[in-house]
Amino acid sequence: MKTLRHLYGPIIDNNPITLQILGICSALAVTTSMTTALVMCMALTGVLVMASAVISTIRRHIPGSIRLIIQITIIASLVIVIDQVIQAYAFDISQRLSIFVGLIVTNCLVLGRAEAFAMHNPVGPSMLDGLGNGLGYSLILLIVAFVRELFGAGTLFGRMVLPTIYEGGWYTPLNLMLLAPSAFIVLGLLVWAVRSLRPAQIEQADYEIDADKERQGP
Amino acid sequence: MMDLFLRSVFAENLILSYFLGVCTFLAVSKRLDTAVGLGIALIVVQTVTVPINHLILAHLLAPGAWGWIGLGNVDLTFLALIAFIGVIAAVVQVLEMFLDRYVPALYRALGIYLPLITVNCAILGGSLFMEERNYTFAESVVFGLGSGVGWALAIMGLAAIRERLNYADIPDGLRGLGIAFIATGLLSMGFTAFAGVRL
Repeated sequence: MKTLRHLYGPIIDNNPITLQILGICSALAVTTSMTTALVMCMALTGVLVMASAVISTIRRHIPGSIRLIIQITIIASLVIVIDQVIQAYAFDISQRLSIFVGLIVTNCLVLGRAEAFAMHNPVGPSMLDGLGNGLGYSLILLIVAFVRELFGAGTLFGRMVLPTIYEGGWYTPLNLMLLAPSAFIVLGLLVWAVRSLRPAQIEQADYEIDADKERQGP
Repeated sequence: MMDLFLRSVFAENLILSYFLGVCTFLAVSKRLDTAVGLGIALIVVQTVTVPINHLILAHLLAPGAWGWIGLGNVDLTFLALIAFIGVIAAVVQVLEMFLDRYVPALYRALGIYLPLITVNCAILGGSLFMEERNYTFAESVVFGLGSGVGWALAIMGLAAIRERLNYADIPDGLRGLGIAFIATGLLSMGFTAFAGVRL
């Protein structure tokens, strides 16, 4: 039971993106359509689980002073494998993902979980932790991609859901949704929604505004 | 060249239109002075690593690069990723030692930010874009400098906004991370206005 917490804990309560601010870098660029987001999620979750497993297996043999280099090398090798697999079996998607599969190497989420969890825990829990964080990341990515693709192009997974006026329907696509700014704003609103449901995640204010004094005036 | 520079600073800004380095961007943009330090460190590292990675790619990894010893059909481009990461880590390390020895004042100012930059997506992303877009050596120098300047500009802008936001009365759930995202979105919207600028 306690082990399973590693799996479902990071999905909402301790989500890597909305709470730990890890792994946002490569996340937002791929969310213009559900297809690219889904492929990216599978690639990242795969790398995360495998990297956690490998690093956790050899954790007692890694010298402390060069552990970062070893971790990065392991992650980079796994990413190259995944990248080649995607290029071989889904070439057009790999073109649309452009450099972002390669950027999983510097994704703070993978290195962060390796450093914070896999270095100190046995293989089983490390893999579950990797899977949980991968799913938490995927959940946020897919929600953002759902909103952006639905309102930006009227489609989901490339299939027409809201018939756009270009196709003779009624929906005028919101082109801003396909541009970069909307990704930031949608994610910001999502963070707001999650924190309204889980008030424990609200950050403390640095300064307290004294409302009474303001109203009294001079 | 000037066009490429302006494009990489504004319209194709690494953070605001490609989302590269957003993690560091959000974590370090709470105060303006630390943001300036990190921004300058990033400009330096980006300007050095992109051209070096270009040389490595062109002379060691590209198809036919080993032709002079009779291995003309060897294509090592799949190793680009791991080579780039190695080069970046090495350059940051060498730069750190160099600054420590010759420019101690700058080393004291940038010291803590340099290691952080090794795992910054913006640096690796810059090199990968250089590979994907087939820049020449001169173009890669310009692109490295321009994208570094653009990144620094964006983080300084957001840090200045967030310092002011401390005094604003924001809904509880939006405080901190949420409002930072929305401010970045608005900043990004401003930068897209440069998209049509040509020189």
